[in-house]
Amino acid sequence: MLRIEGLTAEIDGKQILKGIDLEVPTGEVHAIMGPNGSGKSTLSYVLSGREGYEVTGGSATFDGHDILAMEPEERAAAGLFLAFQYPVELPGVGNATFLRTALNAQRKARGESELDAMQFLKLARERMKALSMSDDMLKRGVNVGFSGGEKKRNEILQMALLKPSIAILDETDSGLDIDALKIVADGVNAMRGPDFSALVITHYQRLLDYIVPDRVHVLMQGRIVKSGGPELAKELEAQGYAAVQAAA
Amino acid sequence: MTAPVATGAAGFLARYEGLKVHLPGARKPWLNTLRADAAVHFAARGFPTRRIEQWKYTDLAPVAQSSFAEPLTMVEGAIALPVANAAHRAVFVDGRFRSDLSTLDGLAHRVGSLAQDLNAAEPFLGALAKPGSEPLVALNTMLFEDGLFIDLPEGLDGGLLELVSIAVDPGRPFAFHPRHLIRLAAGARLTLIETATGRGQCLHNPVFEIEVAEGATFTHGRMLQEEATVFHLSTIYAAIAAGGTYDNFTVAAGPRLTRNEIHAALTGPKAACHMNGAQMAADGQHVDTTTSLDHAAPDCASRQTYKTVLAGRSRGVFQGKIFVHQAAQKTDGYQMNQALLLSENAEIDSKPQLEIYADDVKCSHGATVGALDADSLFYLRSRGIPESQAKAMLVEAFLHEAVETVTDETLRTALTRALDNWWARQGAAA
Ligand SMILES: Nc1ncnc2c1ncn2[C@@H]1O[C@H](COP(=O)(O)OP(=O)(O)OP(=O)(O)O)[C@@H](O)[C@H]1O
Ligand SMILES: [Mg+2]
Repeated sequence: MLRIEGLTAEIDGKQILKGIDLEVPTGEVHAIMGPNGSGKSTLSYVLSGREGYEVTGGSATFDGHDILAMEPEERAAAGLFLAFQYPVELPGVGNATFLRTALNAQRKARGESELDAMQFLKLARERMKALSMSDDMLKRGVNVGFSGGEKKRNEILQMALLKPSIAILDETDSGLDIDALKIVADGVNAMRGPDFSALVITHYQRLLDYIVPDRVHVLMQGRIVKSGGPELAKELEAQGYAAVQAAA
Repeated sequence: MTAPVATGAAGFLARYEGLKVHLPGARKPWLNTLRADAAVHFAARGFPTRRIEQWKYTDLAPVAQSSFAEPLTMVEGAIALPVANAAHRAVFVDGRFRSDLSTLDGLAHRVGSLAQDLNAAEPFLGALAKPGSEPLVALNTMLFEDGLFIDLPEGLDGGLLELVSIAVDPGRPFAFHPRHLIRLAAGARLTLIETATGRGQCLHNPVFEIEVAEGATFTHGRMLQEEATVFHLSTIYAAIAAGGTYDNFTVAAGPRLTRNEIHAALTGPKAACHMNGAQMAADGQHVDTTTSLDHAAPDCASRQTYKTVLAGRSRGVFQGKIFVHQAAQKTDGYQMNQALLLSENAEIDSKPQLEIYADDVKCSHGATVGALDADSLFYLRSRGIPESQAKAMLVEAFLHEAVETVTDETLRTALTRALDNWWARQGAAA
C-alpha cells in the first residue's frame, strides 16, 4: 500500500505540494485529476526521486518502506514505476539494450537470474505484440524519433516488462488516438490484480471508461481537495474544477 | 649555469651530437643534411611554449623539463602483443622494427622498416613534414631511428594492415621518435589500424608523412592507449591529391598527455578528408587534438567530428583550423566538436578557426560542451539502473556516436573496444 501523509515539496524555494494526503491500498487503481500546474507531475517526480525537488515535510511509504529515503533505482527495485508525461529521448542508447539493462538490473537487485539476449528478445517481442508495437522499435534509440503515441506505448512496454507493484501513469493517455488508448488501457488492465496498484494521472474522463478506477482524487494547488468514486470524474467533466472545488 | 644532466631541448641536442654518427643512414649525406638542418631548427626553437599560439592550451613544460635517454639497445625476447585486428601487422618496440614479431609475409608491395629502406625513402622523407615546420617534427627528424614505410603501387588494394607500437619500460625516462612514411599511388587503397601501447616514463614522438595520390583511399584508425605515465605527441602531415580520400579516426585514451596534431592538405579537385575521433582524459591527464585543414583545390570536402570526455581534474583541447584558399571554390567543410564533462574540475578549451579566401564555399563548424544530461540520467535510474551504470550507458552513447561514421567493420569494432576499455578502467578506478 502506498501511503502519503502531509507531503510538502518545493522547487527552487517555491512550494508546489502543500500537504498531500493519499492512500492507495494494494490491488486498487486510483485516478488523480486536476488543472494544469496543480502539482500532479511534481507529485509523481517526488515519489520517484527526481533531483531538484525538496521534500519539506510529510512522508511517503510503500508497504511500510520510507521511499523518500531511497535512490531512484532503489525505488524501482522496490516495485515503483513512473510512466513519464514526457518520455526522455536517449540518442545512442538502443531501446533493446535499455530495456534489457533495466530488466536485468531489477532482477539482479531482487536476487533473480538475469536474462540473456535471446530470452529477453522473446519476452520483449511477446509484450510488444500485445501492445501492437513493431519490432523495429527495439532497434532504434530510446524514444528517438518515436511519435508521441509511440513514446507512450514504449512507457507501457517498460511497465509490462518490469512488472512493478505500483505504477504511476502521468498522462499516459495524452496524445493517444482512440485505438492506442484502448491498447494502453488493456495493457494496464492486464496488470491489475491483488498485487498491483496504480495511480493514474489524467485530464480526460474517457481513459477512466477503460481503466475504471476504485477512487478518483482531485488535486488543486498542491492539495487533494476532493476524493470520490468513479462518478467524480464524470462530475468534473460536466462541471469543471471550480464548481467541484466550491462544493468541496 | 650548467646543469649536471642536460634536460629538455638541450638534452636532445646533446644526444644528437653524440649519436649522429650512429643513427640509421649516418653515411648518407642527404640524410645527414636533413638531420643537421632539423637540429638547427630545434636548437633555435626548442620545445614549444604556451606563448606560441598553437600551444596556448597545452603545456609541454613537463616534457621540456625532463631528461630522456634512448631506449635500451634492443629489447629481446617475448613481448605481449595486443589482440590482433588483421592478418598482417608491423610491430615496433620502442620505435624499432621487430621482424620477428611482425607478420608481413606474402605482401606484394613495399611495407616494413624505414631504416632498412632509406634509399627508397630519400625523395619523400621530409617532403611533407619539413624540419622547419614544427619543433616536434624537427626533434623527430633529428633523432628518428626507424618507422613504418609503406609504398603502395598504382591501383593496388593493400587491404588491412596493423601498426603496433609498444614501449617497454626500461626503468628510466626514455624517448623515441618513429618516422612513418606512407605513400599510396594513384587508385591504391589501404586500411591501417594503429595501436600504441606502452608504459614507463616515456616520450613517444611519432611523425607521419602520408601521401595519397589521385583517386587513392587511405583509412587510418589510431588507438593511442599508452599508460598514464607516457607523453604521446604525434604529428601527421597528409597530402591528398585529386579524387583521393584520407580518413583518420583517432581514439586517444590513456597517456598522461596526448597531442594529436594533424595537418591535411587537399591539393587536387574532389579530394576528401575525414578527421574524426574521440579523446578521453581521466584525473591528471591532458588530451589535445589540433587539426589544420588546407583546402587548396576546388570541389573538395572535409568532415571533422571530435568527441571529448573528461573525468576528474583533467583538461581537453580541441583546435581546428580550416583554411580555404582562393582557388578552392565549392569547398564543403564541416567541423564539430563536442565535449562531455564528467566532473566540475574538468576543463575544455575549444578553438575553431575558419579562414576563407574563396567566395563560393560551404563551411560550418560547431561546438557543444555539457555535463551528462540530468533528465536522461534520471530516466535510466527510474527504471532501476544503478547510477554508475546509467552514467556508463550515457557516456558510451556519446562516444559511440562518433564511431558510427567508421564504415570498415573491423576498424569500427577495434575502436569501439578501445572506447569501452577506457570507460571500464574509469569505472574500476572510481
Ligand atoms: N523546474 C521547475 N521550476 C520552477 N517551477 C516548476 C518547475 N517544474 C514545475 N514547476 C511548477 O510547478 C507547478 C506544478 O507543475 P506540475 O508539472 O507538477 O503540474 P501538473 O499538475 O503536472 O500540470 P499539467 O497538467 O500541465 O501536466 C507549476 O506551476 C509549474 O510551473
Ligand atoms: Mg503534468
